Amino acid sequence: MTETLNRYRVSTRRSAELVLLVGAWLIGVFAWILVDSATGESSLGGWTSLLSAGLLLLITHGVVRWQAPYADPLLLPSVAALNMLGLAMIHRLDIAAAQRAISNGSPMPTPDVYLQLTWMLLGLVAFILILIFVTDHRRLQRFTFTAGFAGIVLLFFPLLPFIGSEINGARLWINVLGFSFQPGELAKVALTIFFAGFLVSRRHSLALIHNKILGVGVPRAKDLGPLILVWFAALLVLILERDLGTSLLLFGLFIVTLYVATGRRSWVLIGAGLLTVGGSLAYFAFGHVRIRFNIWLDPFADANGSGFQIVQSLYGFANGGIFGTGWGQGYPQLVPFAKTDFITSALGEELGLMGLIAILLLFAIVVERGARAAVATRDPFGNLLAIGLTAVIGIQTFIVIGGVTRLVPLTGLTTPFLSYGGSSLIANYIIIALLIRISNAARAPEVSDADLVLRQDDVSD
Amino acid sequence: MSELLLSILRIGFLIALWWFVLTVVSVLRRDLQAPRDAKPLTPARTSQRPSPRATLRARKTSTQLVIVEGTLRGTVVPLGSSPIVIGRASDATIVLDDDFVSTHHASLTPNGNHWIVEDLGSTNGTWIDKTRVSTPTVFKPGTQLRIGKTSMELSS
Repeated sequence: MTETLNRYRVSTRRSAELVLLVGAWLIGVFAWILVDSATGESSLGGWTSLLSAGLLLLITHGVVRWQAPYADPLLLPSVAALNMLGLAMIHRLDIAAAQRAISNGSPMPTPDVYLQLTWMLLGLVAFILILIFVTDHRRLQRFTFTAGFAGIVLLFFPLLPFIGSEINGARLWINVLGFSFQPGELAKVALTIFFAGFLVSRRHSLALIHNKILGVGVPRAKDLGPLILVWFAALLVLILERDLGTSLLLFGLFIVTLYVATGRRSWVLIGAGLLTVGGSLAYFAFGHVRIRFNIWLDPFADANGSGFQIVQSLYGFANGGIFGTGWGQGYPQLVPFAKTDFITSALGEELGLMGLIAILLLFAIVVERGARAAVATRDPFGNLLAIGLTAVIGIQTFIVIGGVTRLVPLTGLTTPFLSYGGSSLIANYIIIALLIRISNAARAPEVSDADLVLRQDDVSD
Repeated sequence: MSELLLSILRIGFLIALWWFVLTVVSVLRRDLQAPRDAKPLTPARTSQRPSPRATLRARKTSTQLVIVEGTLRGTVVPLGSSPIVIGRASDATIVLDDDFVSTHHASLTPNGNHWIVEDLGSTNGTWIDKTRVSTPTVFKPGTQLRIGKTSMELSS
């Protein structure tokens, strides 16, 4: 293995990607075997699932070799490992649900892992399609305003009668052809494209030109107006849908892209100030925000009521300790929504702190590689797009894992690649596909047309 | 399955997971350590690789903006390493007193050893030779940048 890596030292590292991808798959297989042996279940369906997941990952690797040969070799294996761990945990929780149904004598619940596998398939298909059809990420800049409009419309969908549906107090889903889909997940990709495309054309005006209002430099309405408009529209819709997580995510995305586009630290301060003001306003205006905040301060005040979920999650972490209970040997099913928002607490219980740190490192690696692609790419649009997409994954992971571990107030969001949920998995694979595309452009030695012009200049000087 | 075997497998899984993460990190480290230009070079390009001195000469950035037409004709504006704004407003770097020029008309930004022209949403447009600048464009020495009645060129 080291041999292979050394040989490709100054190469594209595609072989490293393949080796790591196989490693990621084997981790998933290992986890699955441990789940089955610890719970005493031996499901033949498991092997077909695992083999098809492995085959899918191999095909995806082939497409990366073909369409983006210079792309970053670590993005795909890292997210594949997370996805495989998520699949194993969903399988484990399926078994827990089935055992519970048997002991209660209630009807058997349908396992979710096969549906999640289908979503993984669709996510990887989306990934492949993006790589094939978006041959140059710079073309996305043309769809700046279309993407902004699409983002708002997607966010607005769940509010429509008939197709919109409300689950657990938040109106985030639409029902199409019997499937429920969370359009907000795709909206975050569209809005990232909008923010990047818009800011790239205005970044100098924003950084350099100010109208003095009361002695403070304020950007011109022409430069910032549309951005503020889209952003407020997004926040408004999210408040109507009671989706705190996504509104926080979009706010973070907005501040990160503004900061990177202009390089002015004042945006970070303004962002922190707005967050404080907005947060306090929401605390006093909305009951559900106040409840979330109070649970965060003292979950044990109502441990069997509103604080139940977070208290169970904390007990799970405590039960897991440093090395965890082992796959299939804890009680992660006691936490409500263990398959979606609280999958981190399920993994934290069975893999312990050591396992959770490894998972967090995988997320950190994804963010590092995304930021690396953003720094290395030569065009300003790719730059902003890559940092925006990376920020989406990073902020979302922080918000949800921070919420589950009670570092920050809990706001519902899926954990990228781990949680059960199709929209989230597809949207995140699209994000990784775009990052792979940008990193390919950043690392490719080929001389593009634009570079040729510049090179000639160098010589004629 | 015995208790002992299960605990061994439990720790074994964590070791496998960490082995995976550390392998990823080692590849990442190699990638960071590799020099930035250590990309596979085709033989043709390797042979044409310019000598360090030639590279140094070629890297020289244009340092002056010469106004060749308009009311400020003959003015030489030194270019530093920070972006400049051209327009009618008093806070622009180069103030052009011309009705055809917008308040903040265009910007010039250094990018490596090039200057990039961007139109800041002007009414009458920014032109490089005969083409209107709609997207950020490289301002090459020997071409003319036209804003209103003023034309300028880069020189080193």
